Amino acid sequence: MAAEAGPATVGSKGGRRDGLWLLVIWIVLSIIGCLLVALVWGPHIPPGDASNTAASQQVDITVLATIATPVVIGVLLYVGWALAFWRQKPGDETDAAPIHGNTRITATWITATSVIVLALAVYGTVELIAPAGAGAGQGPQPIFQRGMPPAASDTSWAPGTNNILQVQVIGQQWAWTYRYPQFGGFETTDLVLPVNTPVRFNVTSLDVIHSFWAYQLGVKADANPAVNNVAFTVPKQTGQFVVRCAELCGIWHGAMFNYGKVMPVAAFMTWAHATEIQLAALTKILPPYALTYDPTVLANVGKVNEELGLTSAGGGYYNPADPEQP
Amino acid sequence: MSLPARATTLVIAFLAVVAGGIFVALHYIGSQPPTVDYTSVASNGQVNVTLMTTPQTTVTDKPDWVSYFIKNPSTGQFVHTTYFKVPADTQVNITVLGYDGCTPLRNPLWGKVTGTAGNVEVVRYYNGKAYSAPQAISLLNSWADCSVQHTFAIPGLGLNVPVASPNTVAENNALCGTSPCVANTADQALAPHTVVRFSFKTPKAGGTFRWQCFVPCGGGFVDGNGGPMATVGYMMGQMEVQA
Repeated sequence: MAAEAGPATVGSKGGRRDGLWLLVIWIVLSIIGCLLVALVWGPHIPPGDASNTAASQQVDITVLATIATPVVIGVLLYVGWALAFWRQKPGDETDAAPIHGNTRITATWITATSVIVLALAVYGTVELIAPAGAGAGQGPQPIFQRGMPPAASDTSWAPGTNNILQVQVIGQQWAWTYRYPQFGGFETTDLVLPVNTPVRFNVTSLDVIHSFWAYQLGVKADANPAVNNVAFTVPKQTGQFVVRCAELCGIWHGAMFNYGKVMPVAAFMTWAHATEIQLAALTKILPPYALTYDPTVLANVGKVNEELGLTSAGGGYYNPADPEQP
Repeated sequence: MSLPARATTLVIAFLAVVAGGIFVALHYIGSQPPTVDYTSVASNGQVNVTLMTTPQTTVTDKPDWVSYFIKNPSTGQFVHTTYFKVPADTQVNITVLGYDGCTPLRNPLWGKVTGTAGNVEVVRYYNGKAYSAPQAISLLNSWADCSVQHTFAIPGLGLNVPVASPNTVAENNALCGTSPCVANTADQALAPHTVVRFSFKTPKAGGTFRWQCFVPCGGGFVDGNGGPMATVGYMMGQMEVQA
């Protein structure tokens, strides 16, 4: 770029030759860098490929990192070249060449950056839709459910049918519990999923705002009280995955995690039926399955609140006459 | 004001602010409840730990907060803390003296006993006159009866114990008035309460395990979530397992 200026300077002496060298080196390094990022680093980029959503995110991050690689190399190469060859020599008191008004460089810069940014915007928008909506945390009423079977039945499920497996994720300070409406509505602290099976998570909270983050599955959805947030995934590998809360939710937010398990379909069915039987007595005292729960509603809480005079208090759990408020 | 005086004033003001920050950090953020050490009283692979729940905490500046207390095995006195230490690979026999009244669980799931020996708790009720016979309980329905006051749950060990409450609303309204509920006057010992016993095994590797109450018992706070529910030393604590 300095070669455009007229006065004889250090930069102008080898300007065109420097430009050629920079171009050649940049192309070579970019090819090498892109191959390394896409083929070597890419398969190891989090969150991995344990589910279709995770794999999709891994591909997205790999694509973005690959596109960014020539840009990063170009910037670093230019800075390094300038430091190495264009620095002011000892005793040289002359000014650098004034640079302005290079239409070709300006047009090239604007065109290249616009193409890159617009391409990323298009790619990102498409990837928000594929493979199943936004990939994770689709929201209360997801529009796009590509590749996902419908929720044909809320009360039964069998492998291989055109009916998606539903798992309700319930956040509370400071633990996750999971409810399986298609297996009698039992609730447990264990999150177990069948492999290669589309799953619909219905995520809600009983108290404050949490965020359900099944890290290796690439699923993250806010768990808000009185809101059902939907997220989809298809686990692709058996094994363990981590579930964390990703929303600061109180003093033990950092300890609000547990482990989920993906197992073969037959093993999952065995587990689900055994757990349904084992927890039958508990399931009877749970509230009827719903997408959200309002424990301040007296009809649900039962007679104890009435006897104690706990009148839901406008969303509170205690008598409004109690003087202490935060 | 001369330059040295201004510089000195600036330095003093700066140090005062730093000292204030350190005080706040240590006093409010860094302060921890005392730890009751049970490691020295363990024998034959077992250790007996006694806890107490109270409907108020009159020994603190939060007298209307519910709280746990832990019995010091050396002095026999109940200490206002929720931190205790037990040995690893040991059967911990816990007795909870439950002096608080009932409050419905937000999630009835926590009414199920898990992670204890036999997945049960053994409960005796004291109605103000006599103790009931011990009952082995595996599930309490806090939405149907006045049956649960708090829980003692260690999520890291899969342990959850709903602490049974005095089982009528009348008893719920005749609770002891000062804390801890025993060791002060004989009258307080006569208040309705429960004696809840259960056992579990500590892991061989040791470690620190948080425990908490799942009943939204922060009276006066929105949805019962704040206050004692969100403060160590009241309804949440740590069990240190010494390997």
